[in-house]
Amino acid sequence: MSKEMLTRMGDGERVPTTLEELREDIAAGTEDAARKGKIPPLNAEDQQLLLEIMADPAKFVSVKPGEEVIVTDDGGTMSFYTCQDGGGVGIPLSRLQAILTYERACAADTVSMGHSDYSYKPVKPIINFEMNDYYNISMQTTVPFFYGAQPNLGLYYQPDGPCPNPADLMPMGKIKEARESQEQAAAYLEKDLVFVAEKLASVGCEGINLDTSGSAGDADFLAALNSVRRIKQKLPHMPVIMGSANEFILGMHGAVTFDGQRLAGMYPHKQVKVVEAAGADIFGVAVGTNTSESTAWNLARTLTFIKETVKEASIPVHCNVGMGVGGVPMMESPPPDMVSRVSRALAQIGKIDGL
Amino acid sequence: MAWMQLTRKMKLPEAKSYVAAKLKIDVNQLADEEIMRGIREDLGIGMITSVAGSPKGIRAKIKIAELLEIPINSVTLFKSQLGDSLK
Repeated sequence: MSKEMLTRMGDGERVPTTLEELREDIAAGTEDAARKGKIPPLNAEDQQLLLEIMADPAKFVSVKPGEEVIVTDDGGTMSFYTCQDGGGVGIPLSRLQAILTYERACAADTVSMGHSDYSYKPVKPIINFEMNDYYNISMQTTVPFFYGAQPNLGLYYQPDGPCPNPADLMPMGKIKEARESQEQAAAYLEKDLVFVAEKLASVGCEGINLDTSGSAGDADFLAALNSVRRIKQKLPHMPVIMGSANEFILGMHGAVTFDGQRLAGMYPHKQVKVVEAAGADIFGVAVGTNTSESTAWNLARTLTFIKETVKEASIPVHCNVGMGVGGVPMMESPPPDMVSRVSRALAQIGKIDGL
Repeated sequence: MAWMQLTRKMKLPEAKSYVAAKLKIDVNQLADEEIMRGIREDLGIGMITSVAGSPKGIRAKIKIAELLEIPINSVTLFKSQLGDSLK
């Protein structure tokens, strides 16, 4: 059979393909997720619909009327005014201007702001500046307006932070010391997360986003969970989005637990249950893109995790969709041809509550 | 829909049904730009285009909170700061 259509690899390279190759990639992608997550693969009907989506000859695809989902973001408006390092286009807008432009010119469902160094640790010393900007901007926004940042436990390790670096300790065989350092760092992080949430609540914060929780492993994820629980106890009307960093939680510590459940190795359908137990209002699933595989493979894999997560979840599930996550190719300007296919598939097959 | 997910943990289908009921429309009309434009203007809950004097920002959010019967923190703070001025 001749090569009849174009698709993309996980690194964004446009490649010719056939219907049969797409079918095989979809089967392989879903099997990979099913095996690793110990969850059901996509059924035949879902795989067929995914094939139709990927093989659609149009450049841009979409859902039918009535299937629309909402969109949340992780400081997306920074893309207006930051440089290439932040995926930005360098327009010198203020945060207020960028947020209102996104809300009104781009018809955003929700908006958010964050520190340029999008982590909670650097927010703490400048919290008054953030509170001031949040308060001013919130008077003008109409849609839900979040404050977001990443827990980023790694910032609490030397040389950036006070705790000995586990990455230095573990090669020396100092596992006990590495674990103790992670536990101490997690305690500092939890305190900072709660501090920032309380300060923002005092200026009417409409919601807080803990983005990429677990990026530094299971102790990072634990700190986020503990802080969500404390935030919801102290501030029951503070909506919390907790997003994950990866489809499984890296066991850098290996033994930390939440409500008796070990966090290391958890896949999204288990992650959502501990996030619910902590009290979060929305869970953000992250599934990394394999740049050596096709978008069809990556999307089938993502959908397999997503479908099981949505089935298990009692709270809304939003899929992280961006460069290198959710099935989208890892490239500086994610191409609309694949982003639209990912979005449509997540809505129609994954049954997500948002992107 | 986003407000309902955040404040009541509603999944999307439930959020759509809830909001549609509050707006007295069918669920499939929620994403109909022509219908929603009129509703948003009539209810004062904020529109995309800028009509001078039409509620935006905190003014619109006050109405959204009342319509959907949800707490919006910025609105709660705003009202607390106005105190007796609103009476």
